[in-house]
Amino acid sequence: MEILLVIIIGLLYAAGIYMMLRRSLVKLIIGLILLGNGANLLIFLLGKIVKGKPPIIEETEKMLGELYADPVPQALILTAIVISFGLQAFAIILIKRAYKVVKTDDLDEMNATDEDL
Amino acid sequence: MKTLIFKTASAYLLPLLLLFSVFILLRGHYLPGGGFVGGLMAAIAFVIHSFANGIERTKNIVKFHPGFLMPVGLLLALLAGALPLLFGETFMTGLWMKQAVPVIGSVGTALFFDTGVYLVVIGVTLTIIFTISEGL
Amino acid sequence: MNNPFIVLPVIFQLFVAVILMFSWNSKNLQKLISVIGSLIALLISLLLLIQVRQEGIQSMQAGGWMAPFGITFVADTFSALLVLLTAISGLAVSVFSVGSIRNARVKFGYFPILHLLIMGLSGAFLTGDIFNLYVWFEIIIISSFVLLTIGGEKAQIEGAIKYVTMNLLASVIFLTAIAILYGLTGSLNMADLSLQIAQVENRGLVNVTAILFLIGFGIKSAVFPLYFWLPASYHTPPPAISAIFGGLLTKVGVYALLRVFSLIFVPDDFLASVIAILAMLTMLTGGVGALIQNNIRKVFSYLIICHIGFMLAGLGIYSTIAIAGAIFYLVHDIIVKTNLFMVSGLIFKFKGTYSMRLLGGFYKDKPLLSLLMAVPLFSLVGIPPLSGFWGKLMLIKGAIATSNILIIAFIILGSFLTLFIIARMWAAVFWKDGAALPKKKQIKYFEELKPLKRKAMISSIAFLSLISLAIGFGAEWIMQMAIHIAENLMDPSAYIQAVLGI
Repeated sequence: MEILLVIIIGLLYAAGIYMMLRRSLVKLIIGLILLGNGANLLIFLLGKIVKGKPPIIEETEKMLGELYADPVPQALILTAIVISFGLQAFAIILIKRAYKVVKTDDLDEMNATDEDL
Repeated sequence: MKTLIFKTASAYLLPLLLLFSVFILLRGHYLPGGGFVGGLMAAIAFVIHSFANGIERTKNIVKFHPGFLMPVGLLLALLAGALPLLFGETFMTGLWMKQAVPVIGSVGTALFFDTGVYLVVIGVTLTIIFTISEGL
Repeated sequence: MNNPFIVLPVIFQLFVAVILMFSWNSKNLQKLISVIGSLIALLISLLLLIQVRQEGIQSMQAGGWMAPFGITFVADTFSALLVLLTAISGLAVSVFSVGSIRNARVKFGYFPILHLLIMGLSGAFLTGDIFNLYVWFEIIIISSFVLLTIGGEKAQIEGAIKYVTMNLLASVIFLTAIAILYGLTGSLNMADLSLQIAQVENRGLVNVTAILFLIGFGIKSAVFPLYFWLPASYHTPPPAISAIFGGLLTKVGVYALLRVFSLIFVPDDFLASVIAILAMLTMLTGGVGALIQNNIRKVFSYLIICHIGFMLAGLGIYSTIAIAGAIFYLVHDIIVKTNLFMVSGLIFKFKGTYSMRLLGGFYKDKPLLSLLMAVPLFSLVGIPPLSGFWGKLMLIKGAIATSNILIIAFIILGSFLTLFIIARMWAAVFWKDGAALPKKKQIKYFEELKPLKRKAMISSIAFLSLISLAIGFGAEWIMQMAIHIAENLMDPSAYIQAVLGI
């Protein structure tokens, strides 16, 4: 399981960076999304995967007896997902707006900021 | 998508899904669920309705601008978080009522915080969707 | 010491933002609430700093969960001082916005987002949890995205794309670093990490994580090879927004670098020399970049990069006096850079252009206003009684003590470049005879504004100039505070004790 996850994470990072290096804006956003997913899986992997119970203490007991899963990574991933949901929604609207204003999808043509005004 | 089946179904699906989203919101304290998921589900209910009937009809159902839910939800969450400060506890400490309310169960600040999140998520998601679909 | 009220600067800004959202339709009410809210926030942060100075480090566990498990907020002198500076800049920008922001932008929610940005900044300074720091960074960048794109002109959108991409990349790298750190130690609390990381046996992985943090924060604070987004975006939004960006956004990256590289990763010789080399190259490239620019705001953007180098140099030297110098410089830089972007905005309101070639004769037209503008300009250069001087002096003192000749040479080179650039700007904008510029229709010139708006713009510049003079003349007081902060950063036992109680 770990090996599989490691390979997937590596692929996601590689694909994400490859997409980010393309000139198209849409591919840039897709690259960012892939990178974000890779990072989320990395947290999941490094939080140590165990076949344990959920970390909820039964009403009859005082503390966790058996092997239990670490609750922190899932909280971190959930937070990261919520944040990336917002950021990606913003980024998509931004490229849509950019396409309307600049009328191109090519990053190389976006050099109005370098003009000497 | 202007099929009669989908259109008819969406009229029944909207209240059902909204009810289910409230259920997800309320069970979220100990079981999977909570404000964020519930809010997304409620937003999806409106999205399905807009697929079937067009975005204008859905906007008519919502009546007010969904962006208005954002400050309401934020204020609710903020007050739920800041209330413990008045009792000498730290920010975000859960305060619980001594006696359980019938049907809902014991009521605490966490419920109001989650309801705030629920409202913010509906507001944000619907605003995003309405904004994106306007230019299409 | 436990104190539940240290999150008040954060909560209060959120409260102001919510109130502002409720008054979405009334522009004047929004302006009034924003200014009053900023004033109260300033008062709260001042009280926080006074309390921290009197009673030592304050901490708070959110939700009452005990220290290494829950989210901790810590107010030491460093955090409280930066929260105060944020509130000062926030107040100035809020007042300046009353005068300069167009109603179309207010309609899109400019003021609530501004307060959410300031909330994010205060939160980032106060948090004691590394993942929480990530969350605050995200709040900061998403509000800055909105501020950057509001209004949506062509250059603004293009600048925003570069800014958004680089900052999202920085966030992913930061998140990756947090993931590895959590895998290594099983903790996210910064004080706890400080103890845990020393016991990790796999030092190679610790160093890799440190470098990931350096890259992530390096992008955010515009350090040498990672700064290209900054001069491409900071000159595109309206001046009030540039002011809060230039004053605070890169500085929060510097704060994170100083905090993480003193508390969690103590730089060894290799890491310290990497940081020192980056610092020197940042000073050089920023200064040289500013030399060839013609747009005033682009000059200031490159000068931000150049001066980030000074602060990084303090971390590279890594001695108490050098870090104190870096902190003094940080304090001075936040105020001055905010002020300079507002000054550029005011010049634009008079002349309708940012180009140094076209501008001119400002001193002849407005002698008093020019003298007011001279305060931030020459503070930036660091002419002795003014605020920029003392930070550099302490940095050079620290470099001499460790006989780091190269850094001294670069600090002096950076200072001379700054002097040359500002002198050239002074000559071009204020002394050179200016030709009459054609009036542009789409710009609302200063003379056409209502008197209240004019007063708002000038008074905010005067307010920050006064603060900058106070930092220069009351340097001893700030210097003592900076040395105290540097001692606490070099020896974090007091910080750890305040958080974990051991």
